[in-house]
Amino acid sequence: MTTLAATAVTASYGPRVVLRDCSFSMGSGEIVAIVGPNGAGKSTLLRILAGLLRPGAGAVSLDGQDIATLSRAAVARRIAVVPQIFDTLFPFTVREVVGLGRTARLGAFGRASADDVAAVDRAVAELELGPLASRRIDRLSGGERQRAVLAMALAQETDVLLLDEPTVHLDPGHQLATLELLRELGTRRRLAVCAVLHDLNLASAFASRIVVIADGRTVREGTPLEVIERDLVQAVFGDGLEVIARDGHPAVVPRLVSPR
Amino acid sequence: MAALAVSAAAGILVGAVAIGPGDVLAALFGSNDVNGTIIRELRLPRVLGAALVGGSLATAGALLQGLLRNPLADPFVTGTSAGATLAAVAAIVLGLAAPLVPLAAFAGALVTVTLVWRLARLGGGTTVLTVLLAGVVLTSFAGAVVTFLLVSSDRLALQLRAVLGWLQGGVSVISWPELGVAAVIVVVGLGFAIGLAHRVDAYAFGEETAATLGVDPDRTTTAVLGATALLSGAAVALAGLVGFVGLVIPHALRFAIGATHRRLVPASFLAGAAALVLADLGSRTLIAPAELPVGAITGLIGAPFFLALLVRSRRIAV
Repeated sequence: MTTLAATAVTASYGPRVVLRDCSFSMGSGEIVAIVGPNGAGKSTLLRILAGLLRPGAGAVSLDGQDIATLSRAAVARRIAVVPQIFDTLFPFTVREVVGLGRTARLGAFGRASADDVAAVDRAVAELELGPLASRRIDRLSGGERQRAVLAMALAQETDVLLLDEPTVHLDPGHQLATLELLRELGTRRRLAVCAVLHDLNLASAFASRIVVIADGRTVREGTPLEVIERDLVQAVFGDGLEVIARDGHPAVVPRLVSPR
Repeated sequence: MAALAVSAAAGILVGAVAIGPGDVLAALFGSNDVNGTIIRELRLPRVLGAALVGGSLATAGALLQGLLRNPLADPFVTGTSAGATLAAVAAIVLGLAAPLVPLAAFAGALVTVTLVWRLARLGGGTTVLTVLLAGVVLTSFAGAVVTFLLVSSDRLALQLRAVLGWLQGGVSVISWPELGVAAVIVVVGLGFAIGLAHRVDAYAFGEETAATLGVDPDRTTTAVLGATALLSGAAVALAGLVGFVGLVIPHALRFAIGATHRRLVPASFLAGAAALVLADLGSRTLIAPAELPVGAITGLIGAPFFLALLVRSRRIAV
């Protein structure tokens, strides 16, 4: 059982305060979605959780240990981050990209062990990348490239998987497929998965828990049913939204201001 | 490997003074006639020098391209070679001992390449144009200072022709002591490059992703810039400004053997060495008995190649 927690973290870019006393915690087997308006501090929180950004105040702990005291390689063996940029001008093959997930575990001069090869094989199989394994990454479609970087993160064999808007460049069909895949992988590998999402309906269909961030603070967290309700959605995202119930899942739709 | 061996053999066998293969072998193993002197004191150091210069530049190019995620980077276009040249000329003007010249070139390369890297980071995202613009500015600035030093220094005025020849990229006069100092620097730089290669792979999706994959970005970046500066500094100290080898060789190799730096870095050294030995062979046979500086040959081939790449990369992203 792994727990990743941020306690009362603060962050600012120059004079602009992005996070104030924001706390967050998650554990193995959970699928958490972070939602909130633009500029609320969602991506900043994710970068702090990944140890990429040091909080101005507060701390991030992994199983009780402050991650500021861990080396980059030690963090990389526990926490994987799926990159938002997955284009490159270099002709890496899909298998080589997945292999980058093993960077923190390779021997001197980058020698791969049998474990490294097995981890790459497993990630390639889980994301059904077998037929693409020797294709060049710069020649694949956006959806295929995203599956390759997801496999790269899985090959890291971490307990925690963080994603910053994993659906941003995908069409609705691929958005759903990506999130369903994440859910399935998270359950199978008992990962703690946390994704920043823009789409409240996707978040409510995908997450076991939703955390709402506004103005650098956590304003609500709980199951989709507890969080996605009319008053909160209108207060955080604006009056123009209406929440309806659909098969026990809340759904957010635009309210038609003037009847046609 | 084979290409390097063949081109090196050709480089030793062919020259302004025709010497038969049998005599060449005899000369290599110590005969004391004129041929022996030509082979041992002129052609052999020249071929080894060209190999070191070409290998170093191509390796430095592979590292820089990987670090900056930019297939249009190399010591020449980023201005790193120009910075090394400026420092080397300054060392000569100050009258420093000859073995210190490569060290000065290394220092100049380190300052310039660090500057380029910082400028590229300011640009954010894709850095292709920022790096090229920084290179243009740094190259012309260094060129201006070098001209100023050449004109104002009495010490240099005496050997202006030699210095100008060196500036244009020549391996025609390389002595054994020079070669020895440069070889030590190159071996150290190449060792770092090979040890760092798998970490450079992790930069494929940017510095932040390299960090989440377990690479300490500050330490690795510093080490890669240091190795680049060692290799470019040694190359400049031996041969001045030789352009485009560092750009063309890694780029072409990527399409032949793939992008993985573990293979790309050593392959770049070997292929770069072979390419420059051949280019040097061209430089002394094309208009024989006169000689072109080898930098003119690499420029003739490399500049159009560079333009073609620029057009291609504009189509993808800038």
